[in-house]
Amino acid sequence: MKENQLLEMIESYLSGEMPAEERAQFDALRKKDATIDTKIAEHKHFTGLLKQYNERLSLQNRLDEIHEEIDVHTLKEDLMAHPSWVVQMWRHHHSKISVAASVAIIAILLTLFITGDLSNKDPRYQQLKADVERVKKEQDKLGEKTDNLIKTDKQTGPTISAKFRGTGFALTGNGYIVTNSHVINGADSVYVQNGEGESFHTKVVYTDPLYDVAILQINDPAFKNLGAIPYNIKKGKSDLGEAVYTIGFPGDDFKFGPGALTAGVGFHGDTTEYELYIPVNPGNSGGPLLDEKGNVIGVITGKQTQTSGVAFAVKSNYLLKAIQSIPADSLSKSLIINTKNTLSSLSRTQQVNKLRNYVFMVKVYNQ
Amino acid sequence: MPTDSEVIIGILNNSDSVLKKLYLAYFPMVLQLVINNNGDEDEAKDIYQEAIIVLYNKVKRGDFELSSKLKTYIYSICRRLWLKRLKQLNRYGGDIKDFQEHLPVEDEVEMHEERDMQLNKMSDALKLLGEPCKTIMEDFYMNNRSMQEICERFGYTNADNAKTQKYKCLQRLKKLFFQQ
Repeated sequence: MKENQLLEMIESYLSGEMPAEERAQFDALRKKDATIDTKIAEHKHFTGLLKQYNERLSLQNRLDEIHEEIDVHTLKEDLMAHPSWVVQMWRHHHSKISVAASVAIIAILLTLFITGDLSNKDPRYQQLKADVERVKKEQDKLGEKTDNLIKTDKQTGPTISAKFRGTGFALTGNGYIVTNSHVINGADSVYVQNGEGESFHTKVVYTDPLYDVAILQINDPAFKNLGAIPYNIKKGKSDLGEAVYTIGFPGDDFKFGPGALTAGVGFHGDTTEYELYIPVNPGNSGGPLLDEKGNVIGVITGKQTQTSGVAFAVKSNYLLKAIQSIPADSLSKSLIINTKNTLSSLSRTQQVNKLRNYVFMVKVYNQ
Repeated sequence: MPTDSEVIIGILNNSDSVLKKLYLAYFPMVLQLVINNNGDEDEAKDIYQEAIIVLYNKVKRGDFELSSKLKTYIYSICRRLWLKRLKQLNRYGGDIKDFQEHLPVEDEVEMHEERDMQLNKMSDALKLLGEPCKTIMEDFYMNNRSMQEICERFGYTNADNAKTQKYKCLQRLKKLFFQQ
């Protein structure tokens, strides 16, 4: 029997179209020959698969047709899990939020920069050089005063107002002056003005930013030797509780500030400084800190902004160290530190009176 | 929303309207599952139609028991299919956000996939078969046309020629199918 004939028979057998007589014969054949039986099963399976494939196609088409009718887009909008309003807000507005945040950050940085808080200076610490432009009234007064001085035909220095101001005190009679390095930092020219209102041009001989000490030298032809310095600079340390005072130019005039030595370390445990309880203001920077005997025990540098009355001064031994490290070739005149103290037996008021001639207002000019 | 028994009877009777009701009733649930788990609406459609086919075949075979809710069954199948798809696409984050309770349906999905593979093989074999064989096969085995109709359609003068042609085509189709 040919294969194609067999197939035909199988098909007619399976479809039930086979006449009863033939069917009986085929059944008998099927029983006798197992290969025919297998062929029938195989054929049934394969054609069944074709039918299933057809059914699948038509079902798929029906489903696609139904699917066409669904508004998937609207449905999708409704079914997206709605996250919290913060997340939604971010999704919808993140670009705007980013821009706003950037603007805020820039504004904060700008503010910090302008106020100077961006530098690593601690805002709780304030250096006591006076920003004269901020004290307009004082500036006007100063101008007036300078004008008067011009009328009296004295050597007066520049008539323009100083940008910054501090205090300084004489180290020697021949014109060496001590102040803070932060006072004269960035200066184009530095003048010192004595109690009489006379200004002298100075040259910055040495600065030591570490101890915040600067040495100026008066190089003005109008300057006359101050004579012997009445105070000396103390080599040793001073004790806590000692009564101290300072003299300086927080304003236009001499100001006396009494106080006490309260700690052997300065701001943030700085061992080069004393902590003081003393009234100081911008402009006091660079002023001498004296004990009752009239020894210079330090140089006023700054105050704590959070606690009123607390100030700091560089210890005198660091001032001496700084003086010693001045290169010899930058000194045109001899710098011999006075060791004789002529104030020790005087009363406080007498001491202050004597000091008037040796404490200067330091005026800083820059562009 | 059609009742579960309405759907089963409808499927057994090949009812178009019930199929439509069924389809519309549960598509949102599956769309929600897929789009909230790293998928899009087209992927939701594919998954959902596969699940409907699974259900359809199960009912047709007569072994769908109403022990679980139809909704839960469909959701479970879709969830399983989608998990597998996510893993294949390497998009599975190790966590699936669920919206319904679900049953273990691993075996059923496995069975479905095996069957699906066979049907895909058949589809490929038919594509490779070429004309006129493809149409003869479709007409005779899939659309139940008689040999006489086929003779007329292809202009065979002799019914025996048509039968021989059909036989040859079937042999080729089998060969193509089993070669894959």
